[in-house]
Amino acid sequence: MPEAVLSVNGLDGHYGDSHVLHGVNFSIRAGEVVTLVGRNGAGKTSTLRAIMGLLPRRSGSIALRGRQLIGLPPHRIARAGIGYVPDDRGIFASLSVAENLALPPRAQAGALSDGEIDALFPRLKERRASPGTKLSGGEQQMLAIARALRTGARLLLLDEPTEGLAPVIVQQIGAILRDLKSRGYTVLLVEQNVHFAASVADRHIVMENGRVVDSLDNAELAADPGRLDRFLGV
Amino acid sequence: MRLPPLALLALAALALLLAAPWVIYPAFLMKALCFALFAAAFNLLLGYAGLLSFGHAAFFGGAAYVTAHAAKVWGWPPELAILGGTLAAALLGLAMGALAIRRQGIYFAMTTLALAQMLFFLFLQAPFTGGEDGIQGVPQGRLLGLIDLGQPTSAYYAVLAIAALGHLALYRIIHSPFGQVLKAVRDNEARARSLGYEVDRYKLTAFVLSATLAGLAGGTKALVFQIATLADVQWQMSGEVVLMTLLGGIGTVAGPAVGAFLSVGLESALATSGLPVAAVIGAVFIACVLVFRRGLVGEIGARLKIRI
Amino acid sequence: MSVQVLSGQLLLGLINGAFYALLSLGLAVIFGVLGIINFAHGAFYMVGAFAAWGLATYLDVGYWPALVLVPLAMGLLGMGVERLMLKRLAGLDPLYGLLATFGLALVLEGTFRQVYGSSGQPYPVPEALQGGVNLGFMFLPLYRGWVVAASIVVCLATWLAIERTALGARLRAVTERPDVAQALGLNVPLLVTVTFGVAVALAAFAGVMAAPVYQANPLMGSNLIIVVFAVVVIGGMGSLSGAILSGYGLGLAEGMTKVFYPPAANIVVFVIMAVVLMVRPAGLFGRAS
Repeated sequence: MPEAVLSVNGLDGHYGDSHVLHGVNFSIRAGEVVTLVGRNGAGKTSTLRAIMGLLPRRSGSIALRGRQLIGLPPHRIARAGIGYVPDDRGIFASLSVAENLALPPRAQAGALSDGEIDALFPRLKERRASPGTKLSGGEQQMLAIARALRTGARLLLLDEPTEGLAPVIVQQIGAILRDLKSRGYTVLLVEQNVHFAASVADRHIVMENGRVVDSLDNAELAADPGRLDRFLGV
Repeated sequence: MRLPPLALLALAALALLLAAPWVIYPAFLMKALCFALFAAAFNLLLGYAGLLSFGHAAFFGGAAYVTAHAAKVWGWPPELAILGGTLAAALLGLAMGALAIRRQGIYFAMTTLALAQMLFFLFLQAPFTGGEDGIQGVPQGRLLGLIDLGQPTSAYYAVLAIAALGHLALYRIIHSPFGQVLKAVRDNEARARSLGYEVDRYKLTAFVLSATLAGLAGGTKALVFQIATLADVQWQMSGEVVLMTLLGGIGTVAGPAVGAFLSVGLESALATSGLPVAAVIGAVFIACVLVFRRGLVGEIGARLKIRI
Repeated sequence: MSVQVLSGQLLLGLINGAFYALLSLGLAVIFGVLGIINFAHGAFYMVGAFAAWGLATYLDVGYWPALVLVPLAMGLLGMGVERLMLKRLAGLDPLYGLLATFGLALVLEGTFRQVYGSSGQPYPVPEALQGGVNLGFMFLPLYRGWVVAASIVVCLATWLAIERTALGARLRAVTERPDVAQALGLNVPLLVTVTFGVAVALAAFAGVMAAPVYQANPLMGSNLIIVVFAVVVIGGMGSLSGAILSGYGLGLAEGMTKVFYPPAANIVVFVIMAVVLMVRPAGLFGRAS
């Protein structure tokens, strides 16, 4: 069994007075694609933000290949090798597409080359000079993923990459994720769309009220498709 | 009947202040009381409407000039002269406030500072203000024809009465329905707006009330100290009233007065020390902002869990 | 009125405008990344002028080295101020930043007043720029021409560095969304510190350039900063080019007023501010908030 790339143990998180994460535990092995599923407010986005060091207060343990991330500022966490795509994609309006792409510093060797990125995201290449926010939602999402890849990070955290996108774009993003998996990337994504989740991920971690309440792989999901509904309340 | 802590405190303070002239120079006390009222008026805006005015010297000093001029040149009796100064401050407040509330936050602070500076230049050049010398030798006269303001002790009690009434008025304003809306605007302007309050109107009213009482303080000061000068309208004066309020506790009822006494005390102690007064005041400012943001009264209130 | 008088006053206005532009540009940059208004910006300008004077008086270091050394030293001082003071105020109401820097301005100004009183210390025009040239319609003192040219070059270079370079892109990203920028691996705390330092260095640079024109005077900073606040209210801090243009424009407006109605010269900027607030509250270049 490959080693854990990311292990989260007893993670607690707070926003001001509200306690949003209560002892979250899970781990992800190298090369896995894992989704965090759950209702709105279950703590999925907060978990990603806690991993990136963006929660005002957090405690417990977050280890990246054995290295403790609690206590590190966000930029050191990113440079340790995590590519992050926030829920609103985090595209900078005052930067062009090219500037957005070039923004993050290279954290590790072995990042995708500009040529590989252009091949993976052909639409971005055509729009290099336009301002970041003149892109469509799908293009913004592609830009955010491409930007994360340029750092050389081998672990990607994606917060709802398909939210609000047309089905055809969702399919393209699915294809990109499968491509990344075949290249050996490890991906943790927050996802509301169970069909999409099942089509790209190996495993699903279910959250409720700031806790992990279930974990199942695709085979288990196929055997008992209703198992997630209980938590998602659809 | 059990009195609330604030009422007890107010009574104790009043008793102390009534006895104070036997122990402390009346001149010092009068200065501190004028600034206490000035700071309390300023705090209505910063503490309860969340608006930082960096131009309150305009009202304090503007009223001082008008009062001094009315008493000296027009020969008005003290109560009318002070009233005239106060009214002038109210009008100034209406004009400055109407402009300043068009911007929020940090821009509001810069706007008030700039408008007050404009007024400073106008006073510097206006013929009636006496330029660099100011208006000196203002006749004190008899307040209401009875109280001789030339006599230090009776002048002191007159100032005490004015400051006390001013504080009472502020207390009533803060605890009125109007004051409640003001606090709602301070805490969340967008929400107050969505609840249907005409936010700008409340802000402007608070601004004018604050300017008016700051003017009352400035006019009183001009009469009892017989002088109105450029120092009263200068930006340093605007900064000083911010410091007093910060020192005592922004948004507390008793804080500004406590801060004023501390600040006036500090300045008179420094005056003979040879230290650069402005620099020390600046250092106190920095220390307050960095480690003592609740101020003295705010800190005590928070520790004892009471509202004072 | 003669062309000579008019162009002479316009030049003076342009010089004032040069200082307004350098300072309001610094204020806008600081506001962008720190979210605060630096009241001490005028005091840094004043200390810059005194530093040049001190270097010349005590160490015999001339204008040209001072023009480099003083901004460097003041930039370091600014970084210290950011680390020791402003960093602690991050996340609080921006008004606290204004108050803390106001305190700092009082400390600096009070100290210099204590030592040097409120009169100016004369500083000579550098030898290479003494004298002037006759342009036909006016006599241009070389040093004044230099001030205007140098300030335009520095403002333009700063603007280009922020709007057109990779480092500038980082700064814009931090201005827009510091949390996202940091989660992408940018060392935001360091960028913030350096930015503040550079803005302080700009103010100090302005101070050195001002010394031969206005002398080194403890009060020069606060007098200037309040006008610059009005400039910033007029221009809005959302756009750097807006801050620069408002600076020069208002300097010129002041110069014009000196020609046509001298008594209003020192209030014209405030009057314009009041008018702008009435007709366009968000400022000339500001986006409505």
